[in-house]
Amino acid sequence: MTHTMEPRVSTATAPRAKGSATLIGALIVLALVAAAQAFGFLTSPPDRDMGHLQKIMYVHVPAAWNAFLAFVVVLAGSVMYLWKREEKWDLLAASAAEVAAVLTALTIALGSIWGRPTWGVWWTWDPRLTSTAILLVIIVGYLALRSFVDEPERRARWSAVVGILGALNVPIVYMSVRWWRTLHQPQSSPSTVDPAYAWGLRLNAIAFLLVMIWLVRARYRAARLERISELAAEREALGGRG
Amino acid sequence: MTARLALSRVMAVAWKDLTTERRSKAGFNGVVFMAAITLLMFGFALGPDPAPIRTAAAGLLWLTVLLSGVLAFNRSYELEIEAGALDALLLYPGGRWPIFAGKLLANLAFVLLVEAITVPIAGVLYDLPLLTPLPGLVGVLFLGTVGFVTLGTYYAAMASRVRAREVLLPLLLFPMLVPLLVAAVGATKAVLAGDPMGYGSAWIRLLAAFDIVFLAATFMTFDYVIGE
Repeated sequence: MTHTMEPRVSTATAPRAKGSATLIGALIVLALVAAAQAFGFLTSPPDRDMGHLQKIMYVHVPAAWNAFLAFVVVLAGSVMYLWKREEKWDLLAASAAEVAAVLTALTIALGSIWGRPTWGVWWTWDPRLTSTAILLVIIVGYLALRSFVDEPERRARWSAVVGILGALNVPIVYMSVRWWRTLHQPQSSPSTVDPAYAWGLRLNAIAFLLVMIWLVRARYRAARLERISELAAEREALGGRG
Repeated sequence: MTARLALSRVMAVAWKDLTTERRSKAGFNGVVFMAAITLLMFGFALGPDPAPIRTAAAGLLWLTVLLSGVLAFNRSYELEIEAGALDALLLYPGGRWPIFAGKLLANLAFVLLVEAITVPIAGVLYDLPLLTPLPGLVGVLFLGTVGFVTLGTYYAAMASRVRAREVLLPLLLFPMLVPLLVAAVGATKAVLAGDPMGYGSAWIRLLAAFDIVFLAATFMTFDYVIGE
């Protein structure tokens, strides 16, 4: 390891100062989500067909959008890693992948809860639903690969190509299952829903964007600290004092 | 590297893999047996009424190919890793893509041969009319197998070098193969039914697009996977 000094400095000072900043950040993000949810719940009338079931939209749709954004971050981080070979890009892609997995799972779970009373089934083989599920298993495969490879440089290289191939597959998956079958209503956006629901949706999308960014940052920081402790353990094992 | 040299390298790797396989036959026999038993088990799961089996036949056939074929890919690297031959292969100067191309060709020959035995068995067990639609069926099987083997050979280069390789390969590979499965089953169904609606060509185009996209992507990135 050539850069023996740099990690040592950041272990000593950085985490404590950043810890309180993280806590404040978490509280702000939480407050924003609560406010956006409250706004959505209070301003929107019950839907003509769905009643209050419609309120699921305020989490389901923002989670879906931000899951998709997180996938874009995985792709960007993977491409940047192969190009620049800097570890931070790999850690960014890994952090975004974990957040993408959580948000995708949330999207599917809420969609299922909404689908049961609306469509009468928990699950249906509709293109958007099916592609989202495939997206989830692709990202789980990505995370599984990461957990099975111990050597950091090889792990970074391999997961970058797996991330890129997975992203490449997304439009093909979507096209193939759309030809296969169609049932989902057109996806909701502020332009397709009644004006009474549009602002609730917009505010919640922004609140969830901040949640996504906050989670990726937190995971990124944790990943950096893990790497620093790995390097420290390595140095100790080699008998050096840094 | 001149084209002639590259080609001879590709053929050398493919020939080496196929010769190893031909001399032991352990992998091939295992995979063919796995395919046959899978076809039988699907029959027991859906039978004894022949109607639902015949409706599902195209899907069952492709699932059989994927589930048994996936057993072949890790093997193509494992033998080399055990003997230290992969390190020697990597020491040769020049690009690494001929190694990938050679292994891809060997695996393609392997899986196509498995299909040559499996598909007639499926024809007998599931009462499928195979002779009339044979040219179309062969074309669909070939296109689907190219995509399957391309991604299988590529991901096995990673999976075969980690612990829990038997679990990791399908975990990485199968989600990626969903469009291929959908298109291959759609095309096979259309071909077996004589394609009265003309649906077959759309699925065949999708299969071809899948093959081209992932052949290009895997060849462009194989260096990152195999290198140290």
